[in-house]
Amino acid sequence: MPQTAIAAEQAPTNRALREFLHGLPGVDDVGARERAAGLATRSVKTTAKAAALDLAVRMVDLTTLEGADTPGKVRALAAKARRPDPDDPDAPAAAAVCVYSDLVGVAAEAVRGSGVGVASVATAFPSGRAPLEAKLADTRRAVADGATEIDMVIDRGAFLAGDYRKVHEEITAVREACGGAHLKVILETGELATLDNVRRASWLAMGAGADFIKTSTGKVAPAATPPVVLVMLEAVRDNLAATGRAVGVKPAGGIRTAKDAIRNLVMVQEVAGPRWLDPALFRIGASSLLNDLLMQRAKQRTGAYAGPDYFTID
Amino acid sequence: MSEHRHDGAAAPRVAVRKTHKLYIGGAFPRSESGRSYPVASADGEHLANAGMASRKDARDAVAAARKAFPGWAGRTAYNRGQVLYRAAEMMEGRRAQFAAELSAATGAGRPEAEREVSAAIDRWVYYAGWTDKAAQVLGGTNPVSGPYDNRSAPEPTGVVAVLAPQDAPLLGLVSVLAPVVAMGNTAVLVASERAPLPAVALAEVLATSDLPGGVANILTGRTAELAPPLAAHADVNALDLAGALDVAGAGDLAADLEEAAAETLKRVLRPDPAVEWEADPGLGRIRPFLETKTVWHPVGT
Repeated sequence: MPQTAIAAEQAPTNRALREFLHGLPGVDDVGARERAAGLATRSVKTTAKAAALDLAVRMVDLTTLEGADTPGKVRALAAKARRPDPDDPDAPAAAAVCVYSDLVGVAAEAVRGSGVGVASVATAFPSGRAPLEAKLADTRRAVADGATEIDMVIDRGAFLAGDYRKVHEEITAVREACGGAHLKVILETGELATLDNVRRASWLAMGAGADFIKTSTGKVAPAATPPVVLVMLEAVRDNLAATGRAVGVKPAGGIRTAKDAIRNLVMVQEVAGPRWLDPALFRIGASSLLNDLLMQRAKQRTGAYAGPDYFTID
Repeated sequence: MSEHRHDGAAAPRVAVRKTHKLYIGGAFPRSESGRSYPVASADGEHLANAGMASRKDARDAVAAARKAFPGWAGRTAYNRGQVLYRAAEMMEGRRAQFAAELSAATGAGRPEAEREVSAAIDRWVYYAGWTDKAAQVLGGTNPVSGPYDNRSAPEPTGVVAVLAPQDAPLLGLVSVLAPVVAMGNTAVLVASERAPLPAVALAEVLATSDLPGGVANILTGRTAELAPPLAAHADVNALDLAGALDVAGAGDLAADLEEAAAETLKRVLRPDPAVEWEADPGLGRIRPFLETKTVWHPVGT
């Protein structure tokens, strides 16, 4: 565990950041894969499964990030987030809807009064290739329109080139532009090449003031693979010990089945600890996952296998 | 290693025994439960251990059938006919194996078993012929009083759970499976509980017949265990009860299954228990697994 962490207050130099990030212990790649695979074999059944399914539904950031998104589709998605299964009044609501920044107004209107959050991707999602002014304007506009959470992407080009200060400054600037909104920082681990880089990017984002670290945009494969989530969960656990601040984790992309979601929850419990089994500290970015969770809930409730014809398509 | 023992006698060859597995999504997995059950011949002799599928295998089979459905239903009727004919060709090449397994399972003499194998092969050819002809018989142009062209065309129902007859392990098996897949449905079939080995051999035929993986899925095991989850499954569209009419120790299984199937408005075929499998089957097993689509189209312009 690192003895110190990056202080968010001062503007660190590239050299200081490099010393800190490259001083982090290396990730045992094979060990991480083995550990993740081992945890994936845990059996979660009956009442534990029912509780896990409900928790997973409450953790879903119901996401639509397509060029073809319309206000109507966003409203339909918001309705689904508020009441995922109209047949079952006991089904909990999703955590938030996640949309592009120009549709935040529509989404905020549609979830008003329900407790469902509005997350907006910002800062030239998904590539992150835009001038800082444009990224900040994007963020401010989304917050003004009612976004309660901002999902920003880091500049992977700068990160991979070793320009850690630029990444740090961008996150700090967006953090400021967010005002009261929560900031999730997307590392896009599929482009970071190694688990060592995932660990460094996690610490860099946490040090710059991220409320959440998020694996992926969902536009790049591989996305939220189990070893990556494992390394990020270790980072938030160690960060809590080093700084006393609990940062959340959000895997996104590639989690499509209830089984995948439950495996993620097992990792949360075993790696980060039970404190993270809470939508305030763990989210799952997904769209098709929600229907599979609902089908599994229906199976638990009725005893019969459910079919996709009985759930809304979003 | 020397090929001969010192005394000159050839070393006895280690037997290569077959593992009888399930057929799901074009692959041959063991049951997820790891179970198997002994299969005996008509006179009580142990033949083999067959895979004993669980409800989770049934669930996986339904998922495979659902995945295969759009592709198979989208094939031309002519192409489906070719694939079914191919199944007949592949079966023809394994006549001896089928006759031996059938004769062991039912106790029938070899000539009688040979006749039933021929009938089963001919049944594939029979339904291969129907693939591009049933639409003309069951659909067509409807006379309407208006300036419209009005047509009805049959379309496949979807995923069909088929309980194969218990007492006709080969001809009965082909007679219930072929009509379902002929018209573009995909099938999850539960083989005869007492005589599942011909169904396992049929799976090997289907795997080499250009039938896309998942179109026909074959489970061996306890009918009374596998049928209820299939009947209640919301992603199964139809149910053939041929194998549920005479299951010992299961109460009135067919009635229970009909009740469970009604929950999701499945099409249910409860066939006549006195059916003669050798008789001309007609359209009796094609029609129940089709939906009729009727289209109105303005005439002229």
